Amino acid sequence: MAWTWFHRLGSPPWIYAFAGRLLRFLLPLTLLLLLVGSIWGLAFSPPDFRQGNSYRIIYIHVPVSVVSLAGYYVMAIAGAVSLIWRLKVADIAMRVAAPIGAGLTFLALVTGAIWGKPTWGTWWVWDARITSMVVLLFLYLGVYALYEAYDNKALASKACAILALVGTVNIPIIYKSVDWWYSLHQPASIKFTGGTTIDPSMLYPLLLMIVAVYALYVCLILLGLRAALLESENKTKWVQQEVME
Amino acid sequence: MSNVLLKVLSRQVLLAFRRPAAVLNPLVFVGVVVLMMPLGLGPEREMLGEFSPGLMWITALLASLLSVETLFRGDYDDGTLEQLVTSGHSLYFASMGYLLSHWCVAGIPLILCSGLFASMLSMPSEGIVPLMASLFAGTLVLSAFGTLGASITVALRRGGMLLSLLLLPLEVPVLILGAGVVARAIAGMPIVDLLSIMMGLAMLALALAPIAIAASIRISLEV
Repeated sequence: MAWTWFHRLGSPPWIYAFAGRLLRFLLPLTLLLLLVGSIWGLAFSPPDFRQGNSYRIIYIHVPVSVVSLAGYYVMAIAGAVSLIWRLKVADIAMRVAAPIGAGLTFLALVTGAIWGKPTWGTWWVWDARITSMVVLLFLYLGVYALYEAYDNKALASKACAILALVGTVNIPIIYKSVDWWYSLHQPASIKFTGGTTIDPSMLYPLLLMIVAVYALYVCLILLGLRAALLESENKTKWVQQEVME
Repeated sequence: MSNVLLKVLSRQVLLAFRRPAAVLNPLVFVGVVVLMMPLGLGPEREMLGEFSPGLMWITALLASLLSVETLFRGDYDDGTLEQLVTSGHSLYFASMGYLLSHWCVAGIPLILCSGLFASMLSMPSEGIVPLMASLFAGTLVLSAFGTLGASITVALRRGGMLLSLLLLPLEVPVLILGAGVVARAIAGMPIVDLLSIMMGLAMLALALAPIAIAASIRISLEV
């Protein structure tokens, strides 16, 4: 059966070279997409009728939030792969995904706060989505902290994989319960612009930015993976050869 | 095999009750925290009563964190855990035994005494039995997560703070639902639906957590 591609991905030198080839065109493409998307969104899209120009941070906030949510599942799937197939590379990918995801979640929260201040007059509000994102941030930080706490790094990855999987099972439950909690305690004033349809002139730069941030995430994971592989495999021949070049 | 479940459960409960501190310390902790609440918030009965569902539940969360830290410590240090793993008995049921024993030692006393503490926080009397019911389901989930956290961190030297960081985000639904049950009961609304969801979560946790706990025990023993 054609499973060789899968097991090839598990070989450190192979995936190091593959990631390198991928990055050679993906990195410039990502930077281009980010540049075009952010300038289009931040400078050229029309001002919103209700919020004026302050809504523009949505072009950073929404893509970053979407990718941070997806990133948790990337981390959990990498952990599951490493537990089931015992692939060291999957271990390392999971470990690399944790701080990247945490950073994206933090960025999402900060840009959300920046959006909130001029628009709704407050830096922070405990609504369902923000609260869920805070919980997500702590889940990411927990995985990272657990990894750092173990001295034996191989076991650390296994423990983190278990924790990430437990978190995965929990995330729908957490989200549903926070949603329900917010519907109980909803304060009168603050509401997001839910339910309004978005004009294409605003939608396209947003979609472009979402694609760009996904591409950025892939680049960051690949870069981190390459660096972590060099570090953890530093006694092998292929690494010595790489470093000599 | 459920035989190992009963054996582990009875052993843990017996050990805990031989050292009454294991049962009493979490209760004293809850008492002290309940003392801190009016000192920090002010003694007006109405305000305390309004906040009491959430305050009681947060206290229960913190107490379960405290009592779970040393769950595996003794057995890990003297090699009993290793003997259990290599004995060939089902580690799934042994883990469930540890989980249920933690619930018996830390959860049940809390459920029984929660009425007293809730009254100290001026909780209206309609909330007290719902509080105990929500704690019944919720402490099972807390014990499940707590045992899982303890099994992951037992081999680490400074696992205490990390335990809290790991467990509290996962326990968010329990807190929300538990406080919600009590608040709704006080407001006179029906709570059967919420309680059923909590019991459902408890059964899910009871069934699934031992899988992860068993895997974590194996990992911790290799350290």
